[in-house]
Amino acid sequence: MNESGSKPVTQNRTTIERKSDRELVVTRTFDGPTRLVFEAWAKPELFRRWWAPKSFGLTIISYEADVRTGGTYRLEMGHASSEQSMAFFGRYIEVRPPSRLVWTNDEADEDGAVTTVTFEDQAGATLVVVHELYPSKEALDEALASGSTSGWGQQFEQLDEILVGLGG
Amino acid sequence: MVQCSRPHLDASFAALSDATRRGVLEQLARADASITDLAERFEMTLTGMRKHVSVLEQAGLVTTEKVGRVRTCKLGLRDLEAEAAWIEAYRQHWDARFDALDAVVEELKRKERPDE
Repeated sequence: MNESGSKPVTQNRTTIERKSDRELVVTRTFDGPTRLVFEAWAKPELFRRWWAPKSFGLTIISYEADVRTGGTYRLEMGHASSEQSMAFFGRYIEVRPPSRLVWTNDEADEDGAVTTVTFEDQAGATLVVVHELYPSKEALDEALASGSTSGWGQQFEQLDEILVGLGG
Repeated sequence: MVQCSRPHLDASFAALSDATRRGVLEQLARADASITDLAERFEMTLTGMRKHVSVLEQAGLVTTEKVGRVRTCKLGLRDLEAEAAWIEAYRQHWDARFDALDAVVEELKRKERPDE
């Protein structure tokens, strides 16, 4: 279905694709210049305001990030259904304002994914592509399959681990 | 923990990557339908719909059966819900997150405007 002539603004246009054995890709276009969208990711005080969707019962308990190449981050989140908080941490492999962020997800031992976010200018709007590369097909399959038989509650917890692990 | 077999996961994720095919599955979850019904509902040609159904069939998400002259489609025996729910929850999570990001970007833009 094409939406000819309509503005790509404030519509729920988030798409998800499994691109290959080891990759998941999330895309969305934002109505704003690339440098501002990048800023909202790279400045911790801004990042805190949107990363944990309230509608999913998630809150950020603490977040520290040294957003530059070689810097580290640590994010702790809480979920309404769980007393235990979840910690996510890793390292920025590449920080290149305003177009690229790459970080590791080290909380899952050797099975952590590497997340790359690119910001592409599209005539004043910004195309954001979140690309998650798992170390092996097994690691991604495991991430996908682990939710397969559980109910929603449990599935969401597992999802949260995976999803929040996408970033810092 | 029961794991979906891997080739199936690949095939089903590929099948689910298309909006029409997801729509067809939603439709079949409500009621079985013929290819003709589906083609009409999704405003496409019979050939186009046949292709979509065939992708879903290969992924094990849909089965078809010829009754008389009509080919009827129904949801497959395999557990579609796992993949569909996973991907949809994942999408919703990012969607909610990005809606909040929209608000932050909007605010940054407003702050800049006086300088322009």
